[in-house]
Amino acid sequence: MLPLSSSWFVQIPASAAILLVSILLLSKIYHYFQCQLLAQKSLVNRINKILPQTQCGQCGHPGCLPYARAISTGEAINKCPPGGLTTLLELANLLYEPVRSLDPAHGQFKPFSVALIREDECIGCTKCIQACPVDAILGGPKLMHTVIESECTGCDLCVEPCPVDCIDMTAGTDNLAPESCQLHEARITTPGARP
Amino acid sequence: MQGDAVYARTTMGGIKPPPHKHNSLRSRIMATPIPEHLAIPIGPAPSGLSATGVKVGERVLKYQMLSRYKQAGLTGDESGQLAVPIHAPTSGIVTAIAMAAVAEASVQERLCIHLSSDGLDEALPLQSEKDYHALTPPELFQKIAAAGIIGMGGAGFAVARKLHLAAQQEVDLVIINAAECEPYITADEALIRERAVAVLLGSDIIKLACAAKRCVLAIEDSKLDAIAALEDAINSPLLENANVELRIVPSKYPAGSEKQLIQCLTGLEVPAGQYPTDIGIIMQNAGTAHAVFAAVVEGKPCISRITTLTGNALQTPKNFDVLIGTSTNFLFDLCGINRSTKVKSIVGGSLMGHELFNDDAVVNKTTNCLIAGTVEEFPGIQPEQACIRCGYCANACPVNLLPQQLYAFSDYEDSNQLIQHGLFDCIECGACDYVCPSHIPLVSHFRQSKNSINAHRLSMERSQQWQQRFQYHQYRIKKDKDQALGSKDSISAQESVEFAESFATETIAEQESFSKEKASREIAAAVARVKARRSKIINGDPDKDEPPSGDSN
Repeated sequence: MLPLSSSWFVQIPASAAILLVSILLLSKIYHYFQCQLLAQKSLVNRINKILPQTQCGQCGHPGCLPYARAISTGEAINKCPPGGLTTLLELANLLYEPVRSLDPAHGQFKPFSVALIREDECIGCTKCIQACPVDAILGGPKLMHTVIESECTGCDLCVEPCPVDCIDMTAGTDNLAPESCQLHEARITTPGARP
Repeated sequence: MQGDAVYARTTMGGIKPPPHKHNSLRSRIMATPIPEHLAIPIGPAPSGLSATGVKVGERVLKYQMLSRYKQAGLTGDESGQLAVPIHAPTSGIVTAIAMAAVAEASVQERLCIHLSSDGLDEALPLQSEKDYHALTPPELFQKIAAAGIIGMGGAGFAVARKLHLAAQQEVDLVIINAAECEPYITADEALIRERAVAVLLGSDIIKLACAAKRCVLAIEDSKLDAIAALEDAINSPLLENANVELRIVPSKYPAGSEKQLIQCLTGLEVPAGQYPTDIGIIMQNAGTAHAVFAAVVEGKPCISRITTLTGNALQTPKNFDVLIGTSTNFLFDLCGINRSTKVKSIVGGSLMGHELFNDDAVVNKTTNCLIAGTVEEFPGIQPEQACIRCGYCANACPVNLLPQQLYAFSDYEDSNQLIQHGLFDCIECGACDYVCPSHIPLVSHFRQSKNSINAHRLSMERSQQWQQRFQYHQYRIKKDKDQALGSKDSISAQESVEFAESFATETIAEQESFSKEKASREIAAAVARVKARRSKIINGDPDKDEPPSGDSN
């Protein structure tokens, strides 16, 4: 490319320019692949944000993040019963997919509930503690166990391993349900001239 | 003492509904006979049984404290002790501690101490304090807190605590709210008409307690008797040392709403999401000022309040000095109720009030008005029709919102637009409901939207918490497994790297918006990675590697 006969004051800037251009090119290529990776990761994150994080495994994946990864690579979005209709609609909205009804193979919609251990029947086997995905059960071997209600996700995973069937799913104090509007219906209007 | 009353400017929006006030103002404030049975509500703090300081079967005297009460009294309630104590309104025997209906807007039932009165009205001696100027603000807070005073206007915030917070924030101006703009309610007007000196002295005590520079009492221009009484009182020798100014505000609804009254008097707007104390102003109700006077000067705890009994179903509507815990039916009977014509009982005024479904509900410290309405007064809810975009609601809105626009967005459940259009600045005054020619219950829609947006926020917080706990659970399981396998040295360090990376993936979600939070999280992840590498190099003990502080998104 460069004439060998050129003197040093041509050669040095020219090689510097080539070096600069190649660095820029490489960084662009690197940036492109980085962006692809980020887009994938941010999609997983956005899906994960919509999922209810109960970590119940009803979708067939060990937790919500693995299911979010699976959705990002094309898995069906209608496998999350605890998320309810809101999750289904938001996912469909995010991924431009048609809204389908919940896959019955993975369970039914049901209201939010929390686990409750009937404490006098508990034998202290620690099996539910091992099953709990969010460490919401307290207790030790041969000691009574109990559920921390505020941390329980209502995932049902502790019910099945219990050898004495002393765990019930009860309607938790659900502070998320919109306040009953009966009280507001009591609002009254005074008759009178309108302005 | 300051001179004559000063008229304040008017603010935007608002409506002028028929006041319906003259009926209950015909007679003086009357004390009720002592009812046989009283139920004193515990609360508004939800402390429950642990807060009661008496047992069933115990005899109590008038003014005796019925709750366990924390002496500091200013920091809210922990461990079952009320920051706002309750007192026995008369002497008698505690018969039960059980739930009972209360005449309040926010809740229908509260835990109550049921008292069977013996009619003797035996009282504990009171400590009166003639010269309140000699007391320091902490002593005043202590007296006000021990008297169990909460905001008498309706919000029911503990007064001592509010004054304490205001004193910390160094407020300049105390506003005593006597505007009482809602139809039917006359409790404050009657109180000022008869006990203006006490209200003004109470206002002065509030000013001293929070070390404010000025104290202003605001009253509507339609309350002529009360204004005359205030002007007389201001010029009386009793108030030589007090310093309270009088301001007269134009009467319209909702002139007495906190933020609107501040705007009317000072021209300042309280910024969205902030409190009046943030701009150096504190507001108290006139009834509260009277209760403060009684507590500090007479040493009398809050065992009664002025409540308006009105409505066309009552033969003699009037204002009563009601003992806390008196049932609504007892009061209605005193006013000669005609039960055949009564169709509705309402607690509060006719615009912001709520229907009372149980007439045995008892009066609490915030119950300012009880209405027994006939069908002519309250013809019921008219059928809702389509919005015709007339814009009356936008003219009526005192907060300068666009109710018809908000209504459309709440119909689409578009929460972003609702928040952008200031849904959370709506004070739910009901002016838009009142003017709507299509009878759309706009405020009900707005309340529903507020609730659902709040519920969504809460569920997001909850799922974030669960996610963090799950990640920590996975980290813990892996660590335990590795320790069991005995390969302590390098793998545990690697784990912590992976754990840090699992948090780092979370942070990538907000690539497009660079924020300080994100930067700090990335730094934390990087620090964790470096630590892990270092511990790998020097083969440090595996117990040291802690998970990085978990703030994922």
